[in-house]
Amino acid sequence: MIADLLLVAAMLIVALASMLARQAFTAVALFIAYGLLLTLAWVRLAAVDVAMTEAAIGAGLSGVLLLGAVRRLATQASPPPEQPPGPAMTLLIALGCAALAAALGAVVLLLPNPAPSLAAPVAANLPATDLGNPVTGVLMSFRALDTLLESAVVLLAVVCVWALTPEGGWGGVPGAAQPVQRDGPLALLARALPPLGIVIAMHILWVGADAPGGKFQAAAILAAMWLLPWMAGLVTPPPIAARWLRWTIAIGPVVFIAIGLAGAVIEGAFLAYPPGWAKPLILIIEFILTASIAVALALLVIGTPDTAQRR
Amino acid sequence: MTLLVDAFTILAVLAGLVFFIAGTTGLLRFPDTASRLHALTKADHLGLGLIVLGLLPRAAGIDGALRLLAIWGLVLLSSAAVGPMIARLARLRRPGE
Repeated sequence: MIADLLLVAAMLIVALASMLARQAFTAVALFIAYGLLLTLAWVRLAAVDVAMTEAAIGAGLSGVLLLGAVRRLATQASPPPEQPPGPAMTLLIALGCAALAAALGAVVLLLPNPAPSLAAPVAANLPATDLGNPVTGVLMSFRALDTLLESAVVLLAVVCVWALTPEGGWGGVPGAAQPVQRDGPLALLARALPPLGIVIAMHILWVGADAPGGKFQAAAILAAMWLLPWMAGLVTPPPIAARWLRWTIAIGPVVFIAIGLAGAVIEGAFLAYPPGWAKPLILIIEFILTASIAVALALLVIGTPDTAQRR
Repeated sequence: MTLLVDAFTILAVLAGLVFFIAGTTGLLRFPDTASRLHALTKADHLGLGLIVLGLLPRAAGIDGALRLLAIWGLVLLSSAAVGPMIARLARLRRPGE
């Protein structure tokens, strides 16, 4: 109990410090610390699946993306200083924020007790999917449409990042050229970690059917295992015009939609799995989606091609 | 026997916490980047090692114990690599130190 209260206090302090930080780098560092504290909070709530995703995507990958954004902002000319809002505007902002906070608090406090829950129906229907992990059952069967949309969002994010390619860089090798590190700590990590990381990612993907784990966590680890050798200058990403690269990031959602449409034809409902086929179909979708999401997440970090042609 | 195992766990985890507290104090109080990193990596290596050692008898089976050891090994590897990287960057920024 005391530990939980300390955790909540630490989260509030770190979140506040991140909001109030004057420098972008400090704010991002505190945001990553906040993500790790949030991970601990999810573990304390026995939501290990969410904790793993928060650590991998919320703190890890988002942290790297934000750090990259900070570095890009630092190299550009600072924007003209903004006019501070007048007293009337300040009051309006304060009132709006207070109203939002009050509304959110009211929603939480007005929930009926016990709160409405679908946990019992999920537990009752989980055997139909042959899965042991109820979270995977929800994500891949009962609410598979949400997961399909999530995977499509990752694909769209890559398209949006690529759309920012500067003039003359289209189709080229993405990302700034990294200095080659033949020895030193980064080169050691880039060589020693990927074999271990790939095994761990596959393990997390495979146990996801019956224990905490799954495709997003596995994909984040796989993406990191690609980014490490890239940062050490040991591998060059493929040009974004490469057809196989585009297919790799698109194939996951495509297979997901195809299986969903097959369900609509055979079973009469989009994303319905025929009886007895649920687990094999879910495993196929999870494995192919992992590959797509891993490559997409890595490409999000690597960024857009330079103007300087490096085809 | 269980009493002995419990005592071992408590002693080892407490010893690990001492290293974490010492490391945090060093991170906050030491004057320059290199000594701060030194304090931090010591806490990572020894503190976590002692906590893992204390938890080993409570691991669920041999694979649980191996997972705990793997976590320690991965933290050792990454912090041993990240420490020198930050130190090099700090020296590049401020060659005087």
